Amino acid sequence: MSGRGAGLLVVLLAACTGDPADGVRGPNLRVVVVTHGQSADPFWSIVSNGAHAAGEDLGIDVEYQAPLSFDMVEMANLIEAAAASRPDGLVVSIPDPAALGGAIRAAVGAGIPVVSTNSGDDAWARLGAIAHVGQPEYEAGVAAGERLSGSGVTRALCVNHEVGNAALDRRCAGLRAGLAASGGTVEVLAVDLADPDAARERIAGALAARPETDGVLALGPAGAAPALAAVRGIDAARRPALATFDLSPEVLRAVESGEIAFAVDQQPFLQGYLPVVLLAAHARAGVAPGGGGVVATGPGFVTRENAAAVIELSAEGLR
Amino acid sequence: MWLVFAAIAGPAFRSADGTAAVLNAAAPLGILAVTVALLMIAGEFDLSVGSVIGFAGMAMMLLVSHFGWPLWPAVGATLVISAGIGLANGWLVVRTRLPSFIVTLGSLFVFRGLTVALSRGLTGRTQIGELEEAAGYEAARVVFAADLGPFRISVLWWLAVAAVGAWILSRTRAGNWIQATGGSAKAAREAGVPVERVKVGLFVTTALAAGLVAVIQAVRFTGADALRGELQEFRAIAAAVIGGTLLTGGYGSALGAALGALVFGLVQQGIVITGVDADWFQVFLGVVLLAAALFNDRVRRRGLASA
Repeated sequence: MSGRGAGLLVVLLAACTGDPADGVRGPNLRVVVVTHGQSADPFWSIVSNGAHAAGEDLGIDVEYQAPLSFDMVEMANLIEAAAASRPDGLVVSIPDPAALGGAIRAAVGAGIPVVSTNSGDDAWARLGAIAHVGQPEYEAGVAAGERLSGSGVTRALCVNHEVGNAALDRRCAGLRAGLAASGGTVEVLAVDLADPDAARERIAGALAARPETDGVLALGPAGAAPALAAVRGIDAARRPALATFDLSPEVLRAVESGEIAFAVDQQPFLQGYLPVVLLAAHARAGVAPGGGGVVATGPGFVTRENAAAVIELSAEGLR
Repeated sequence: MWLVFAAIAGPAFRSADGTAAVLNAAAPLGILAVTVALLMIAGEFDLSVGSVIGFAGMAMMLLVSHFGWPLWPAVGATLVISAGIGLANGWLVVRTRLPSFIVTLGSLFVFRGLTVALSRGLTGRTQIGELEEAAGYEAARVVFAADLGPFRISVLWWLAVAAVGAWILSRTRAGNWIQATGGSAKAAREAGVPVERVKVGLFVTTALAAGLVAVIQAVRFTGADALRGELQEFRAIAAAVIGGTLLTGGYGSALGAALGALVFGLVQQGIVITGVDADWFQVFLGVVLLAAALFNDRVRRRGLASA
């Protein structure tokens, strides 16, 4: 490595950490959060805001890490690096227990308390985490399916913007079960959230190919925006009902105007905030939640009635 | 660079766990980068290695969990499939005389798409796990995913591939052919170098390395998903360039590429260990890449001037 490169790194490191020394080993507790959230997805900014807010409220250091793309190998590496820095607590999302299990078990084995968040409700206990914070995904999918079927949907499209994420697969499976009760069926469509234009084209194409589709469920705002654009292109009389998981300013505006029937709210702020609080409590008092150890943050529903109240908070990155 | 992170992160970075976190992350990229460097020295690119990792890993998982194969034959078949993709890439490049950048960009899309389409078509899922249930898993784990203290055995694979790559390049006739092919294919051909065979062989090598990484990662993480290996093609090229390989061919080093992967691991993991948000990783990486390219260029000019 060149001397000049090293010099630049020093400058950059100093520039973005302020005083690096106290970020690493202060007298305070230090919690590292490693999630699979992609930077283009507004959802994960709220989780990050929640984690940092908890850090400020409690006066402890919180660091938030995520791989650049949905990449489990990279995420396992991040967990390993975070564990090597010996934090007082580690928060992880577990979208793929098989891929991340080894790194999480190693962190637990090294004596680092772990709380899983967002995804991992099927794996956290056997990997040695002390609690899980999040929305049970299958049940949330069922609830969304029942709500859609209640409004008359029988042929639904499930838009998956994060192929490979088992939690999203469970939402689609839940949707299928929720609709099956009334005889409805579900098609799954994969889209690339890094390219909203291509995603819109794909959704529009799928709707044109199957004109009998009367409901679309997006699995997050990154899928809801292109789905909304695609649905708008269909004439109002034959337009399928649109619903989505998770909130964003755009989703909320569409819920308020009635273009999106409802949004399933898993309250990401709590998914960042609560794990930090739980780990701080565990570090200080050795306590952990009982009752199965799962702290459910959803599903709640945002509909036309309560959308306005949520909009203000969403603009601040809190909902 | 190590010193920079070591100074900022303190004992956490210098510890065995910290060192392991860096080397473990660098190992798969190192395996790729060495073979990609050899190909680049011969004047060609392989942009499909990332997709081949995804495709090969998924192929292995499908053979085991969908078709019920024991693990070892599946590993063999996975490497044969990978080599086949490399052969196809090489054959297309040599036959059509299209730039390898375009040919392998095509296979990048084809094999990523096939990975998603085949896995969802056959199993309805894009993530297949539970490889640990397969016959022969224990033995495969020893070879591909054993833990040596905090270190993964893939670090040894990385060292072995780097050593073999360096030996071929500097000590064998094949090595001379590779450099001659990249220097000037026309002159090499006139000197009797089998340019086409060299290129096809190197495409097979990069694809095999991708297959090996796929097997290592599938065994280690007991499964595969459809996005494995994404962007690894550019990381491998970046590691090769950081290690002194010329984009224009004809010049480069296998050991340099292995070290380039180490720099990658240092930046990626060092950032997390020092407590900087990983959001900054790409910024650092880009700066390091540019600095290394400038530095290499300067050194080479000086070398040429004094020769």
